[in-house]
Amino acid sequence: MQIDHGKCVACSNCIPVCPMGAIYIDPAVNRATVNLDECVECFTCYRGMSKEHLNPTLVRTIRGVLKYLRIRFDPEPDVCPTDALTPQALTWPRIVRQAFSDPLVPHESTGIHGRGTEEVKTNDVTGRVNEGEAGFTIEFGRPGVGVRFRDIQKMTMALAPLPITFEKKNPVFSLMSDPATGTIREDILNEKVLSAIVELKTALEHVPQVLQVVEEVAQDLETILSIGVATRCDGQGDNALEPMLKREGHEFYRGKTNLGLGRRPAAVSA
Amino acid sequence: MTNTLHRYGPPESFRDDFIVFIRNSNGRNDVGSIPKLKEFLRTALRHRPVTISQYRFGSTVRPADHLNPRIHWTRPVQDLTAEQIIEAITKDHTVGAIFDSEAAMEAFLREVKAADWGLSVNVAGLTAPVHACAKRAGIVRHSVEYSLGFQGALDRLPERPVLELSTMCGHSMLSPNLARKMLEWVREGRRTPEQAAAYLGRFCSCGIFNPARAVRLLEAAQGGNG
Repeated sequence: MQIDHGKCVACSNCIPVCPMGAIYIDPAVNRATVNLDECVECFTCYRGMSKEHLNPTLVRTIRGVLKYLRIRFDPEPDVCPTDALTPQALTWPRIVRQAFSDPLVPHESTGIHGRGTEEVKTNDVTGRVNEGEAGFTIEFGRPGVGVRFRDIQKMTMALAPLPITFEKKNPVFSLMSDPATGTIREDILNEKVLSAIVELKTALEHVPQVLQVVEEVAQDLETILSIGVATRCDGQGDNALEPMLKREGHEFYRGKTNLGLGRRPAAVSA
Repeated sequence: MTNTLHRYGPPESFRDDFIVFIRNSNGRNDVGSIPKLKEFLRTALRHRPVTISQYRFGSTVRPADHLNPRIHWTRPVQDLTAEQIIEAITKDHTVGAIFDSEAAMEAFLREVKAADWGLSVNVAGLTAPVHACAKRAGIVRHSVEYSLGFQGALDRLPERPVLELSTMCGHSMLSPNLARKMLEWVREGRRTPEQAAAYLGRFCSCGIFNPARAVRLLEAAQGGNG
């Protein structure tokens, strides 16, 4: 993302809006500027802010007069008055940033939409995670920190030797140069994204081992991990994962419950 | 609409936060799903959700491409009606309804079960009450995903009130700095909690931001507790 200095009036509204804190007023030009190394191309500023299309000279004059009189104009905080935010053409490898950061664009780098897959949300239709199995979603960078792929690779390389299976439809998997070792392609390792999810499946008995490795590697990362673990329930709605996690000392109370109301049409499932 | 999983806060902070959403499985049961998605939302409206949403469109608050400057003095807290959101469904994306009470969610789940749309329905929230509500509605849960919280460079996380607000956008589009600014504006009396919640909600492109919970959290700041 870039900011058109011919339009920008340095109102600063876009500064707190950026999830990465990558926008600042450059004192040399007194205009909002994007730190492109930190920008993850999430388009939050461009799409989330409303636009007024006002004349920049007029706005600067009004702001200057008010500032001189020490009068604080109290505008709407989510508005770019002059439509100064300008998307730039993205090429490889920078386009990976938008693919993982902007949830509203197709995952052009991988051909897959979104940061993850359907996960357990459609498990009643896909049967992806069964009883006795656990599906992990290990999300990097969220909330509000971001992540470079070199940090993700530390984790995937630590997890690869374990008795796990990486989800093949996952966008991060598609960027692995060697899934057997968890290696990610070299040319994107320095790219920063808002969030990326590694998905894997394992047998329930291996859950403590996976969680231990995740916890150990997490200590060495410059980012935040959000850990989710899922399983299929039995006929009474109970599951063996919950007591196992409690035995292991994990505190948890929130989750996502698939109610089991989905199904494949008869003609498809036949 | 994903990652409703990792909202931040103690258990009592989620007493008014239950997200019920429906989606197809791509390539498996997506044919003819759009009318079902619309019916899902219209059914939800009978149970007075806090808001409804659709992925790639948002909820009743959303940014405008051409804002009239008069909006600085006349801006409504809600930009769209629920019916406008429903009519805007043209693709088989995830749609959802957010409830601030277990009773309303349970009543809705009874209707969802009876409707038998054949699409996957999930509830994000406190797992124990959701499990209990589903049981009472005659539904045996199929699968469950637990949030085990955050690990790693925890010193890079913002303070709790900010995190409680910003993690309500699961895609992390809601900046912690903006959440902090709104908490300060409410504390300073420059905006009401309802206005601040609307500003924040406009950045949640999937529309799963819970404005009722946000208002409650912002009101705490108004009392000097946020």
